[in-house]
Amino acid sequence: MRASFDALIDHLRGCLAPAEAFTAWFQGESSDFVRMNQGKVRQPGSVSQRTLSIDLIRGQRHAGGTIGVCGDANLDRERVTVMVDTLRAALADVPDDPFHLYHHSSEHTEMAGRDALPDAAEVTARVLDRARGLDFVGIYAAGRVYRGFASSFGQRNWFERASFHLDFSVYLRADKAVKGAYAGETWNEDDFAARLQTAVAELEVLGRPPKTIEPGTYRVYLAPPAMAEILSVLSWSGFGEKSHRTKQTVFLKMLTGDARLDERITLTENTADSTGPAFGSAGFLKPSRVELIKKGQYVGMLCSPRSAKEYGVPTNGARDDEMPQALDLAPGNIPTSEVTARLDTGIFVSHLWYLNYSDRPAGRITGMTRFATLWVEKGRVVAPLNVMRFDETIYRIMGSNLLGLTRERDFILDNDTYYQRSTGCTRVPGALVRDMRFTL
Amino acid sequence: MLETIAARFNSVLPKASDCAYCAARIVEERSERMSVRQDVLQPLAIDHDLGVMITVMHGGGYGYAATSDVSEAGLRAAVDRARTWAAKTASRALDYGSIALPHPRGAYRTPVAKHWAGMSLGDKIRLLSDYSRKLKVHPDIVDWEASLWRCEQTTLLVTNGGGRVTQELTFVAPRLSVTANRGAETQTRSLGMFDRSQQGGLEVLDRARLDHWCEVLPLEAMQLLTAPNCPTGPRDVVLMPDQMMLQIHESIGHPLELDRILGDERNYAGTSFVTLDMFGTYQYGSSLLDVTFDPSRGEQQASYAFDDDGVPAEKVHVIRAGVLERPLGSVFSQARAKMGGTANARAASWNRPPIDRMANLNVEPGTSTFAAMIAAVEKGIVMTTNCSWSIDDSRNKFQFGCEKGQLIENGQLGAVVKNASYRGVSATFWRSLSAVGDTATMEVLGTPFCGKGEPNQVVRVGHASPVCRFDGVDVFGGE
Repeated sequence: MRASFDALIDHLRGCLAPAEAFTAWFQGESSDFVRMNQGKVRQPGSVSQRTLSIDLIRGQRHAGGTIGVCGDANLDRERVTVMVDTLRAALADVPDDPFHLYHHSSEHTEMAGRDALPDAAEVTARVLDRARGLDFVGIYAAGRVYRGFASSFGQRNWFERASFHLDFSVYLRADKAVKGAYAGETWNEDDFAARLQTAVAELEVLGRPPKTIEPGTYRVYLAPPAMAEILSVLSWSGFGEKSHRTKQTVFLKMLTGDARLDERITLTENTADSTGPAFGSAGFLKPSRVELIKKGQYVGMLCSPRSAKEYGVPTNGARDDEMPQALDLAPGNIPTSEVTARLDTGIFVSHLWYLNYSDRPAGRITGMTRFATLWVEKGRVVAPLNVMRFDETIYRIMGSNLLGLTRERDFILDNDTYYQRSTGCTRVPGALVRDMRFTL
Repeated sequence: MLETIAARFNSVLPKASDCAYCAARIVEERSERMSVRQDVLQPLAIDHDLGVMITVMHGGGYGYAATSDVSEAGLRAAVDRARTWAAKTASRALDYGSIALPHPRGAYRTPVAKHWAGMSLGDKIRLLSDYSRKLKVHPDIVDWEASLWRCEQTTLLVTNGGGRVTQELTFVAPRLSVTANRGAETQTRSLGMFDRSQQGGLEVLDRARLDHWCEVLPLEAMQLLTAPNCPTGPRDVVLMPDQMMLQIHESIGHPLELDRILGDERNYAGTSFVTLDMFGTYQYGSSLLDVTFDPSRGEQQASYAFDDDGVPAEKVHVIRAGVLERPLGSVFSQARAKMGGTANARAASWNRPPIDRMANLNVEPGTSTFAAMIAAVEKGIVMTTNCSWSIDDSRNKFQFGCEKGQLIENGQLGAVVKNASYRGVSATFWRSLSAVGDTATMEVLGTPFCGKGEPNQVVRVGHASPVCRFDGVDVFGGE
């Protein structure tokens, strides 16, 4: 794949006319996907895809295009040539772009992880053997992902990583299920077996008569996957330079000084310990860490090259959408082993689902409980809870009502496969919250 | 190029005795995206994608392999990979032996009145620049943008039984958005997330009435800055088509997808409160509710002649006079559920396998005029343009928010309110439908961003709807 990328870039360089420059961004994957339902294989398959995005630059004008490339050198050269011609024609119509910023560097980086993945069909067989007798549903996704950057100034960056992600649920009946995940770079049968066993053990509680609660406020423990969902919705607008400058951030009240989070909340974009590339599509290298919220106060933003030029501030190599790719919420001091005791009486929320803003300027979000959400009394799990909707501000959940964060954190690999497999990740603890408002 | 790839596929086809069913779905997509934000042209994007999905069914197994390598060697490798999957997983697969996919022949093309190429790139940029300038009417307008997205998707489905279907779909999607801010208050008015996306050419822009919205949206955004919050409590709610679209999508469309009912989506998009035994008898809504799966409406986003399994598509009722008739289920799901369905096996592109999706799912028009609908309300609210959506994994408990609300008091439209939101339960909400607008209130809308599936897929869906009224809904506002 790397050789193919290099050959494409060499050809692209040869397509340039005088006074033209380019930046190029390569994305590829060779992935296996096995979808399962009711302990059987629903859809098994493989996807091999690669794209090259070219930004053709002449002075302050530029035009971008993305082509699918296939690895056949002749076909790919032809497609690159046609795209460059198309972009060159477009340059006649576009005005100068005052906010175009790209990296003028010739630095090289390379990161290529080892590939120790077993055959996907064999993994599937082992998984379904272990899950025999269970209503097991989910997906195994595995393979290599590739990212590359190059420019006519001589810069080259390459990233490739082989990984797997088994995202599964074990159902008892209707919507009563336990969610599990196993992800990494090396498949270990015992690790998976342990995770499956944990899920199966939790099914026992789901067999009890479910409890339905009335709308109101309840003490809750938000397990790390639930907290990850909250951070995910905050990522839509919470951490980008553009959303702050245009007052569309969910943290608007923090920006105006009308609200703040608890001082135990410290959020960082932690690229150094991430699973993705440390470079972006405009060639800028990402710093190891970007502090976003420190001790409850807003301190920094993710800033794309375009926002940097527009607002006259330095870029930190963020994507165009300025969403975090490696969000890290600092741990607290509550041992995870003590959370049900400290919850005392309330709701143990294992997962949240379908979050959205219900009043963005006020920092209010809504969403549903999902999977094994449990009713706890006096530190003991009593019954599964029928799904409930919450509608609450972030300033209460992670502010005035926060009782503490867990000492241990989950390292959650992003299971997003829209268009291609994600390289994102999140480090997140659980959170004990005094009151959370449930509405339906 | 597609013909060349089809010829290559035919040259690498295995013998029928070695492969009962083998198909190539070749997809070529060309798109252009342009946007003028705050009077500055944003980076232009001109994309070209091409690839092939190979599907194999043999010996009770199923497998797929998708590749952007459209050389003969690439196609041969993909066929081999798909066959290997079918062989290696047959003993653990759902029973594919009883399912027969068709070998159809046919063609479909989007009706286009004004061709995209009839306007130069420079003129399109100037048009968007004009719209952008019109949106900035006040210093409190802090962000504004006019966008245009065009996509041409050609699909050639070739099967080893002589099937051959060509479909050429063209989409045009305009969008306007304007955001106003004062202190800790920010309000946005927009044409949704490309809700005005339709099939067709430049005539889509005419139908979207962008000149009209350029004048209205910034004024409404300013008005919302000082508007009171939506009141709390039960009210009759009149939903405009750009909110009906979301209501149909989330609380009729997704719950009726047969693959959800069969459990395929339980690990990701979720299950459904609808069960197989409810079809034919369940009172989903009031007797005013007629919902159709309609792939025949030329300008609507998800119109086509064949789905991605090659099944001919036709208009059918899924809910008639409020009673649930049939699910949104493709050939695979129909066989598993042993009931009829629709031609709705759809894939995001060549790199994803088809699954049960909504296509065009429409509420049929009724007889109420908009004026009569408002006049009959003692205490109510009109809600316009979705901006917040959330629903449980059984597609039952929902909460939706709109950019703009306008109160109705004693049959008269009154004050504009901000953060207009409502919540309800799908299983009972549609039974409170008390008026369905006539054809004059109807709009043909949709979204290009319906997400579902493992691996994840985004597809275009269409929702045409009249204005509708629901009685006694739980409404509320912001903080």
